[in-house]
Amino acid sequence: MVKHPPLQFYNEPLPGVDTSELQGKLIVIEGPDAVGRSTQIMLLRQWLEQEGHAVLDTGMARSALAGKGIKMAKEGNTLGPITMTLFYTTDFADRLENEIIPALRAGFVVLIDRYIFSIMARAVARGEDRKWIEQVAGFALVPHAVFYLRTDVEHLVQRVVLGRGAFDYWESGMDLRFGPDMYESFVKYQTRLIKALDSMVQPYHFSVIDAGQPIPQIFRELQKRITRLPLERSPRRAPRARRAKA
Amino acid sequence: MPLFVPNRHRGKLIVVEGIDGSGKSTQISLLSHWLRSQGYAVAFSEWNSSPLVKQTTRRGKKKEMFTPTTFSLIHATDFADRMESYILPLVKSGAIVCADRYAYTAFARDVARGVARRWVRNLYRFAMHPDLRFYFRVSLDVALGRILGGRDALKYYEAGLDLGLARDVEESFRIFQGRILDEYEAMAEEMGFHIIDATLSIEEQQGRMREVVLKTFGPSLKNGVLRLPAGGELHGQTPAATVL
Repeated sequence: MVKHPPLQFYNEPLPGVDTSELQGKLIVIEGPDAVGRSTQIMLLRQWLEQEGHAVLDTGMARSALAGKGIKMAKEGNTLGPITMTLFYTTDFADRLENEIIPALRAGFVVLIDRYIFSIMARAVARGEDRKWIEQVAGFALVPHAVFYLRTDVEHLVQRVVLGRGAFDYWESGMDLRFGPDMYESFVKYQTRLIKALDSMVQPYHFSVIDAGQPIPQIFRELQKRITRLPLERSPRRAPRARRAKA
Repeated sequence: MPLFVPNRHRGKLIVVEGIDGSGKSTQISLLSHWLRSQGYAVAFSEWNSSPLVKQTTRRGKKKEMFTPTTFSLIHATDFADRMESYILPLVKSGAIVCADRYAYTAFARDVARGVARRWVRNLYRFAMHPDLRFYFRVSLDVALGRILGGRDALKYYEAGLDLGLARDVEESFRIFQGRILDEYEAMAEEMGFHIIDATLSIEEQQGRMREVVLKTFGPSLKNGVLRLPAGGELHGQTPAATVL
């Protein structure tokens, strides 16, 4: 069995976590709204499970602690940008401590639909201090890989209009009204989001994938890159291979 | 790096800090009534009271879901909402905002819970720097005597039971409050606290607070702060006491 160096925290370690116990793999899919992340997560999960890996997938606002509170806060009209950033960070911390780290301890492959980078990008796009949020989110574990599904705003608009048929209030940054209507606000806000994510590619070692390609091609690209990661060989794989030979 | 954002507005921000049982809530309440009686626009903000966040906090406490990190973050979220939607706009408009507990509570309590000092300090960097910071100094025994004497059972997180410091609730509370007290004392000078001897009589403490307020603000209180016109009524309305 190959030994890998233990996972690390970006900045401030979480109290009470021994990273040498974390045997699983941490894989993150990042990208702007409506870029197709969840489709890829679903495909990856099926594939990884067929390969014999135990998989946990998780994403924003799904924590037991804060998920409901965030949804309720977003229904009102008083959620401020810093409050939103911290509410999502609370949600992330709860999932990290109570879902992600226990799954990593148990040797799971953890697939995360948006990590701290989306929280950070949204904060930066809303004019908050980048250093501040980087330090606040510094208790996050450094993932084994961050795949950034990258595209331009025109493509996002196409996907939103053709796919969902309407613009979403928060995805359009309407809390800060970047434009006179949802379309213009969406374009300005998502441009800022993409710019913020782009600026993280180098410092956070994102692996960039062109999200303008068809779904199967993106999936194959992800598979190729994940296969190159030092994933543990699954126990089920060997017997199956023997059977195939016989 | 500055700790907080400086207050460049017309209004004022006054905060009180101290361990449970130090009497700070009584004092800030008296002070805000006095300021209101002088005709100033006064608003009041309490720790852990954001309408957007407090339900999440309450649920998390009831179900004992918190770790030191999430406990710290949810209180910062609550604080951020009150800062963005309430404290900042009111201070900008020229009101005096009185806050019962402020970021210093997190600095003391979260660090006592094992969260890194540097991290908590950064977490609250968006907060407005208060114009006045009163710290009610009291010994652990006096504070415990006041608390354990006259109220309901101690709560799980309040007693620091999540930290496994002691089996006995009161013993755990004593150890935890002791740690918080040490943190307050260690930051008192750095943070420029006005220290009030919380063993003095209520009237004496209040007298000192008022002295400090008048001395610190001086004429800026009369010139900058929003005040009722002479006669005491505003378009036939008596001023509402806002509380968040």
